[in-house]
Amino acid sequence: MRKLVLLIVVIAIAVVVYEGARRNSHSRGGHLGAVDSPAPQFSLQDLDGKPLALASYQGKVVLLNFWATWCTPCRGEIPQFVDFQNTLGPQGLQLIGISMDDDAKPVHEFYQQFKMNYPVAIGNANLAESYGGVLGLPVTFLIGRDGRIAAKYIGATDLTALQQKIQSLLQAK
Amino acid sequence: MRSFLLLLLAITLVQAPGIAHTQSSAASDLPPGSSQLINPEDLLSLLQSGQENKPLVLNVGPSILYMQAHIPGAEYIGATAGKQSLERLRTRVKSLPRNQSIVLYCGCCPWSRCPNVRPAYNELHAMGFTNVKVLYIADNFGADWVDKGYPTIKGQ
Repeated sequence: MRKLVLLIVVIAIAVVVYEGARRNSHSRGGHLGAVDSPAPQFSLQDLDGKPLALASYQGKVVLLNFWATWCTPCRGEIPQFVDFQNTLGPQGLQLIGISMDDDAKPVHEFYQQFKMNYPVAIGNANLAESYGGVLGLPVTFLIGRDGRIAAKYIGATDLTALQQKIQSLLQAK
Repeated sequence: MRSFLLLLLAITLVQAPGIAHTQSSAASDLPPGSSQLINPEDLLSLLQSGQENKPLVLNVGPSILYMQAHIPGAEYIGATAGKQSLERLRTRVKSLPRNQSIVLYCGCCPWSRCPNVRPAYNELHAMGFTNVKVLYIADNFGADWVDKGYPTIKGQ
């Protein structure tokens, strides 16, 4: 009887492990852009043509937001992100926006209209894939001072929870 | 005062068709479960079936998403919230028979917030197409297609 129970437990564990592996094999990008992994480096130009490299914000907490001007949930988040940059920037937070728009013109207009106070670059498929794929918007990553991805938010974010997470990361040495 | 009220009433009546038009435009939303929609699993079955007359699948979302992953065989039109892509859609389908089976999809955003599928659907409807379905993507293409292990290819 004991052996039977043990056998059932072993089979159950095997099924759980197999199912987990199967799901992971289907998930896009594998471990790319996963929480606790090093944030993939990138080097782009911002809307003003200035270099925008993740490496230049080493030691800061970085909020990396993939968004687009036509994305309604994204538009709802931007004013709060502007506020985060204002209030938490002096404590070491840096926001970076990666626009997934096809055309830069509306991004420039949006940037002015929403008085965005952090760098924005036009993204590309390679960058998106390096972060595990951005196949829906918005997607937001929080990168800790150690350069590792601390959190990933898909879809509209609970901004209160996000702010709490940012503050805990800012307090970390 | 009475004249003013009559004038106000007249203006309201004249404006009424316009108001009704705006509301019907908003009501052209495609609610989940409606007959114009097709679910991902049903589209997949259709595409993988041996059926000869498979639908023409058109991607009406942004190019960066299409470049990362799209349904095999789907043609890129672009985000039809914009005029240029709507024009591209018109050009692509104008010579097709009006009973051509067409499936539109985007997947950029949660269903109720997608700015692209409704303009594309409305355009095809206005052009007289009678066999148009929209792929119902509840959350986004990543969650509702890619993460289910359904086939994709990348690039243009």
